[in-house]
Amino acid sequence: MITEDDIIIVDDMRRDMSLTERFYLPQIAQGLSVTLRRMFTKRVTLQYPEMRREPKLEGDLTDPHSQLNASRYRGVHRLNRDPDGRVACVACFMCETACPAHCIHIDAAESPWPDREKYPAKFDIDELRCIYCGMCEEACPVDAIELTYEYDLVGNTRNEMIFDKGKLLEVFDETCQIKPRRNPRITGYAGTGSPDHQPARPTGEQH
Amino acid sequence: MGLSKSEISPHPASRDDMITTRLDALVKYFQGKCGWAQRNSLWPMPFATACCGIELMATGASRYDIARFGAEAMRFSPRQSDLMICAGRVAIKMMPVLQRIYMQMPEPKWVISMGACASTGGVFDTYAVVQGIDQFIPVDVYVPGCPPRPETLIEGVMAIQRIIDTQGIQNSADRGGGLGLVIEPASEMVQVGKEQAAQ
Repeated sequence: MITEDDIIIVDDMRRDMSLTERFYLPQIAQGLSVTLRRMFTKRVTLQYPEMRREPKLEGDLTDPHSQLNASRYRGVHRLNRDPDGRVACVACFMCETACPAHCIHIDAAESPWPDREKYPAKFDIDELRCIYCGMCEEACPVDAIELTYEYDLVGNTRNEMIFDKGKLLEVFDETCQIKPRRNPRITGYAGTGSPDHQPARPTGEQH
Repeated sequence: MGLSKSEISPHPASRDDMITTRLDALVKYFQGKCGWAQRNSLWPMPFATACCGIELMATGASRYDIARFGAEAMRFSPRQSDLMICAGRVAIKMMPVLQRIYMQMPEPKWVISMGACASTGGVFDTYAVVQGIDQFIPVDVYVPGCPPRPETLIEGVMAIQRIIDTQGIQNSADRGGGLGLVIEPASEMVQVGKEQAAQ
């Protein structure tokens, strides 16, 4: 039930401006005081090309102003190497199947090595079509494809943004120091830049 | 960089030629200065159709502050802008709008294709979405990501600045760009169209 008290006539709330409000200058000073106060607080701007967020795996990862969680961030892909420095991919087409953007293209060939049947003769990723969802690294049974923390990548043509196998392995060489292979026990090589030349699997386990 | 004698043609045929040569040198001198001014005052035309536009706004905010590169003045009129940032997927029905806005921008103009959808279509591999805006307008810089980080977009703006540094101020037609992909109707379709037009 609506009573008389519930009804508010809006026009009655209007009032005349006070003297200071009519002068406008105090109001301007009030507004500028906010600007002035901001000049003495901590600056929030990240001076990007000079300052960048450092990718880290350990330590205090809660400060988003200075650090990038390298284990979680999804940037440019890489193809991992196995202990002998060969490409770890076995060309099973799981990532190509899982990819929602269809940006991975693999040409499989018979492996020249005895410990696996297939290897990727060609492995192309269209970095422009990729949406960096990380489904490829989840699908990979040998953890050969991983996403790195690299994000500062632009291109002048579409062709140069299609990364082939060699370029993806280069990305691994550049990033394996900061972000080692996630699951090294599959091949026994953490990718820390010093392969110990252990065979990937016992040699009797050939298929 | 001043007007030195070495820049002037050694054998001017006539007084008129000499004046022309001097004028050319003068124009060259001021073009260099204009390139410096242009690279530090790229006014973007934000063509933001999807989520990349949110990151574009984040790039303009105080944390990343694209004003440090002189590209903070987002002009919503294409007549006042130099740099089109196409952020987001472009449907085939949106393409005439994009093309018209691009045509309305005065030369010289540059284009950044921001994000997977604008660059290649991304996940939207359908008949309704343009598979890369470079099939219709020339693109200078491609920024990958879905959406790209503000840092990546800043890298894109810096790439445009490098283009201006190296190539000078050139019209987009002289610069070329994109894949050179041209989608033309099949010759049979053209023939059918001509026959229909004749009738």
